[in-house]
Amino acid sequence: MNPISFLTQMLRISVPYLFAASGGVIAERAGIITLSLEGYMLTGAFAATLGTHYTGSPWIGLLSGIFGGLVFGMIHAVATIRYRANQVVTGIAINLLAIGVTRFFLKLAFASSSNSPRIEGFGGNNAWHGFDNPLLWMGLLVAPALGFVLYRTPFGLRVRAVGEHPEAAASLGIKVSFIQYVAVALSGMLAALGGVFLALDQHQFTDQMTAGRGFIAVAAVIFGRWDPVRAAIACLFFAFAETLQIQLQGTQIIPSQFVEMIPYLLTIIALAGVVGRAVPPAALGKTAE
Amino acid sequence: MSSRLREQLEEALFPPIVALLVALICGDLLIMSYGQSPATVYRLLLEGTWGNAYGFGQVLYKATTLTFTGLAVSLGIRAGLFNVGAESQLAAGGFVAALLGLGLSPHLPGIIAIILCIIAAAFGGAIVGAIPGWLRVKFGAHEVIVTIMLNFIVLALLNYIVAARLHMPETLHTPEIHNGAIPRLDSFIPAFHGSAANLTIVLALITAGLAWFYMFRTKRGFELRAVGLQPDAAEYGGVSVGGVWMRAMILSGAIAGLGGVNYVLGYKQYYEEGFAGGSGFLGIAVALVGRNHPVGVVLAALFFATLSQGGLAIHAFVPKQMVEVLQGVVILAVAMSVPEVRAILRRSRKPVAA
Repeated sequence: MNPISFLTQMLRISVPYLFAASGGVIAERAGIITLSLEGYMLTGAFAATLGTHYTGSPWIGLLSGIFGGLVFGMIHAVATIRYRANQVVTGIAINLLAIGVTRFFLKLAFASSSNSPRIEGFGGNNAWHGFDNPLLWMGLLVAPALGFVLYRTPFGLRVRAVGEHPEAAASLGIKVSFIQYVAVALSGMLAALGGVFLALDQHQFTDQMTAGRGFIAVAAVIFGRWDPVRAAIACLFFAFAETLQIQLQGTQIIPSQFVEMIPYLLTIIALAGVVGRAVPPAALGKTAE
Repeated sequence: MSSRLREQLEEALFPPIVALLVALICGDLLIMSYGQSPATVYRLLLEGTWGNAYGFGQVLYKATTLTFTGLAVSLGIRAGLFNVGAESQLAAGGFVAALLGLGLSPHLPGIIAIILCIIAAAFGGAIVGAIPGWLRVKFGAHEVIVTIMLNFIVLALLNYIVAARLHMPETLHTPEIHNGAIPRLDSFIPAFHGSAANLTIVLALITAGLAWFYMFRTKRGFELRAVGLQPDAAEYGGVSVGGVWMRAMILSGAIAGLGGVNYVLGYKQYYEEGFAGGSGFLGIAVALVGRNHPVGVVLAALFFATLSQGGLAIHAFVPKQMVEVLQGVVILAVAMSVPEVRAILRRSRKPVAA
């Protein structure tokens, strides 16, 4: 096993998780349950494909991917903040909606029910092992950046206050719903970048190409106890397990299905509190009246 | 009609009506984006579902599975628990039923084999439901996350067992069961010929009736709803909240597991990877639109089954994926209008101060 190729493969697998988990952390720290990461990623991947296909520029694709995530994030925000809809139901509905919308417009735009034509991407210089892809670097930097925003800026302080004790935050003059709108919008855009990376890395959009990665990110958020850096470490660990499984394929030491289970099993163990209980933000899921 | 009943009906019925209107408008836009006429497409959708026996049979078949998963989710919600695991409970129920059907002797009388397999399906679902129930009661692990994570774990485990031990060569399904097959409706009513509708629909209606009786006419059901509304108050009133939650998750899982009967015993006579196909998640939509009442769940199951079958009927004109968009729109619209409708109705009912 070549350590360099192992590392690069692991990083490439981890980038979508890193983006999506960061999105999950910011929205949930503001008190909004976010099971819709999968939907944001899928929309981001599709919008990036459309943008790149019609302009030929992956940078425009990147922007349209972010825009797609913003639109779906705003749906989640309006439904849960303005209309006080159940946050779990809304998240699941957004995932279903994203699958439906991307399939419908895949058919409309490319007359296909499985994939888009080939699109441009970033990098592609084999000597660089994927490190010439700016999205890879952004993915590796997003968690520390989010950690800085959450713990070292006034905005981050407000986000945490809103997620822990919205009434107290409101009494100090913080506009609770405004902070939540911004956090959920950011979460949509960040998670969408995970999808953008996938689409540009594989040079096309395929139906349901996110394949449950959004839920692995949800698992990482919980396993990382709602902290950006710890969530990122969880993402790297999940990606490590996945890479190991791919590299060991053929040797049949552990069936792939058991490796697939690792993130989910660890999350349940973390929630049950066997090794240090995972405690969510105090006001998570409670909408202020 | 008493005014209390009327208020309840208004609160229950307005959100789905609003959602239907919103979905119709979205559907119009999608159809027109494809350059078709909405009226024609909607007429095709109705003709392909309720307009002919085959289409109607398919609607009944799909509604049967959705009734089970919808009942499962709504029973959990009545107890204050959100069971997002109906998908894997459904799969586990179908798997255990198929396993027993494979093991049973073909000489056993059919009716006994069917009953045994049905019990097996409920058992399979109940086990998968019991895990999050136990983790919630014992450790306070939130059932939403645990059931989501369990979906992946259970489905991966079942896929492994089928792939490694049980599958027929070149396929992802088990061999056909030796006993326990449930007759299709077309063996009594020839007009249903070719549709998958089978007698499991009777089991679905009986389950809906029993779920209603349990929730609204028994002491246990009263406790369950009390815990769902105010767990602290119920505990103070002498109800064991943990016991109620455990029972609710086991029952919810068992009902979802029964849904596996429809495909495995009634339709294909084997377990196949991925047969649940999202019916468990759609159960959340069914429970939501059906307002967690067994009658509403049956109607909502028919509605979502019509949408899903209708997608196939319109596919020549508009991609069938349109109905997937509409499903999402309906769920979102109901979820958004429930608190809104309640607030508006409460406000309008307040006596006006002189």
